[in-house]
Amino acid sequence: MNAPMNAAPVATKKLKVATTSLAGCFGCHMSFLDIDERILKLLELVEFDRSPITDIKHCGPCDLGLIEGGLCNAENVHVLREFRSHCKILVAVGACAINGGLPAQRNHLDLRDILEEVYQTEAGVSHGHIPNDPELPLPLNKVHPIHEVVKVDYFLPGCPPPADAIWKLLTDLLAGRTPTLGHGLMHYD
Amino acid sequence: MSATFQLDGEDIPFTPGQTIMQAAKAAGVYIPHLCWHPDFPAHGSCKLCTVKLIDAHGGRFGSSCTMEAQAGMSIENRTAELDDKRRTLLQMFFVEGNHFCPSCEKSGNCVLQATAYELKMMSPHFDMFYPDRPVDASHPDVLLDFNRCIMCSLCVTASRDVDRKNVFAMGGRGILGRKIHINSESGRLADTDFAVTDRAANICPVGVILTKRKGFAVPIGERRYDKAPISEQVKEPTA
Repeated sequence: MNAPMNAAPVATKKLKVATTSLAGCFGCHMSFLDIDERILKLLELVEFDRSPITDIKHCGPCDLGLIEGGLCNAENVHVLREFRSHCKILVAVGACAINGGLPAQRNHLDLRDILEEVYQTEAGVSHGHIPNDPELPLPLNKVHPIHEVVKVDYFLPGCPPPADAIWKLLTDLLAGRTPTLGHGLMHYD
Repeated sequence: MSATFQLDGEDIPFTPGQTIMQAAKAAGVYIPHLCWHPDFPAHGSCKLCTVKLIDAHGGRFGSSCTMEAQAGMSIENRTAELDDKRRTLLQMFFVEGNHFCPSCEKSGNCVLQATAYELKMMSPHFDMFYPDRPVDASHPDVLLDFNRCIMCSLCVTASRDVDRKNVFAMGGRGILGRKIHINSESGRLADTDFAVTDRAANICPVGVILTKRKGFAVPIGERRYDKAPISEQVKEPTA
């Protein structure tokens, strides 16, 4: 079995954790912060690599990667692939990472029609042209959940997942257990 | 003493003519299902209620909502094998429609969602279809959001057999072609005699047929399936 191999390094070496938000609203990260003072206990066990907490721009080799949000543009895909190649375990956190979520509700519309309506037809602050600065990542035709592009090891549903569900996932993984959520922690909304 | 059959090793009494599903429901035992409703004849289309009848040749699968109970039957229900198949069926339901729970008024009271929780469906697994399914908001009192339709046909049956109005029909072919049609010249609900008091207006197990101006009436945490899993509410009345 894998358990002894996974369990041994926990006591000796801090696990590296990276987190990011792709096409998400950072609500899952806010829910993560809702673990409150438990974050101090977490910091005894893990060290953060790329994350909004550290502001590191690229992730190095990590034990665990938490992905919030789906894929709505080319940059999202690059970041996701970087996480997948550097993280031993990758978790899709929240509704958008799992099924596209709110951003995917544009999927039945044509992308050009949306851009024209937002930037040209509709009254608003930026009349006249669709943004095309080379620094802006190109939007994808449709928004996709992350499992359509990379292998995902675990899924944590919720919009956002409750802090207790995030804590359960982390403590299960740190203890070398397969994460499970019972009634009350498992929500799609 | 009434006749019994075995469901996961438990003796379930039944009266002649009862299906496995009806007898299990009466005994308070949960068999996952979506298109079956105790008030109506079985439709047998969702296949969530598939059970395994153990016989001399090993076993064969059948829908418990259409399979008549017989004395001495040995039936498997909540085995890992069956729940795995049910979870796969659920994942196919979730990818072929647009099931965005966070923005759905039915969330917390939805049979599809509660069943997916019960079967620990953590992801849709397959690639999403994201079909284009326009809503029908024409009726003054009722909204139809077909994005969430699972083709259980309960609205068709209720409107035809209880309301005697025949407002709904299922038509078309293929996963993206088949859909619920509205029985009016324009195809709009407003041009039928559908009323918010109809049985069909209150039968949808998911969030397609919604009463207007009533959304999100019950706070999160107090909705039906927030309180207890669907498997523990077998004795409660079905909507």
